[in-house]
Amino acid sequence: MTRFRVAIQIVPRRGLLDPQGKAVADALHSLGFGAVGDVLVGRHLVLDTDAASADGARESARRMCEQLLANPVTEDFHIATVEQA
Amino acid sequence: MKVGIVRFPGSNCDEDAYHAVVDHLGAEAVFCWHKDHDLQGADLVILPGGFSYGDYLRPGAIARFSPIMREVVAHAERGAPVLAICNGFQIACEAGLLPGALLRNANLKFVCEQVHLRVESIATRFTSRYHINDVITVPVAHGDGRYTADGDTLERLEGDGRVIFRYVDAQGRVTDEANPNASQRNIAGIVNAAGNVLGMMPHPERAVDTLLGSADGLPLLHSIADSLLEGVAA
Repeated sequence: MTRFRVAIQIVPRRGLLDPQGKAVADALHSLGFGAVGDVLVGRHLVLDTDAASADGARESARRMCEQLLANPVTEDFHIATVEQA
Repeated sequence: MKVGIVRFPGSNCDEDAYHAVVDHLGAEAVFCWHKDHDLQGADLVILPGGFSYGDYLRPGAIARFSPIMREVVAHAERGAPVLAICNGFQIACEAGLLPGALLRNANLKFVCEQVHLRVESIATRFTSRYHINDVITVPVAHGDGRYTADGDTLERLEGDGRVIFRYVDAQGRVTDEANPNASQRNIAGIVNAAGNVLGMMPHPERAVDTLLGSADGLPLLHSIADSLLEGVAA
């Protein structure tokens, strides 16, 4: 077994109202970043887990997202990186 | 009727529920610690409001894994009544007892006020003491109460008459202004397909005494008591 560090991004599903993202977009616009379009505010998780391979760690993280870390009704998740810890 | 009020770390409406059940309904109530596996023979389970586990990750996401939730789910699957209020509603959605999810209020503010609800169905064990289209006054107190579900789920809820309470104005009209959190279709409360689990963001247990603003929540508790006396399965 090897210890892997997995980074996970969870964001509100596109199409659902994300009031935090909208507030941030408005603030960026008022700062002069007029080129900014939609902003999504979500969560970034970094977790260490033991697995036989990087693929195993990724698969394990995917199941964690489905069962707990992301809400399947309102959020999408993305396993950003899997690196040896 | 014996009522089991589940206490999670961070529950803060458990005493309100106890007060409503014992002092106003005149029924027996017990507290059920979330780490126990014992509903103590409760006929009705209340999942009370609060901030279980500090709303870490998402409201209700961690409480769903508390040991007692296994008994609560089994209780619901037997067709026995569950009243899930505010954080309890969030927990019930996370646990899969009810469809959909409760998201951050659209205005990003914690809303704490009396709201008007329209009774959309009286053909439930929770609302038989009301009249259809009654406009009742019940307080809300939440930051994450925006009911959200996919289009198919919403159509099914509407088609099956499972939207039980809707946010309305004092005249009973569904308006954006009357919607404190921008819930889809002004939904304030729904039941599961079997009709024995009610989830609602407003607090009927805090509307049991006109001295404190409203007693409009009391018929809800009486309706449940009636249904248990009559042996209604759902």
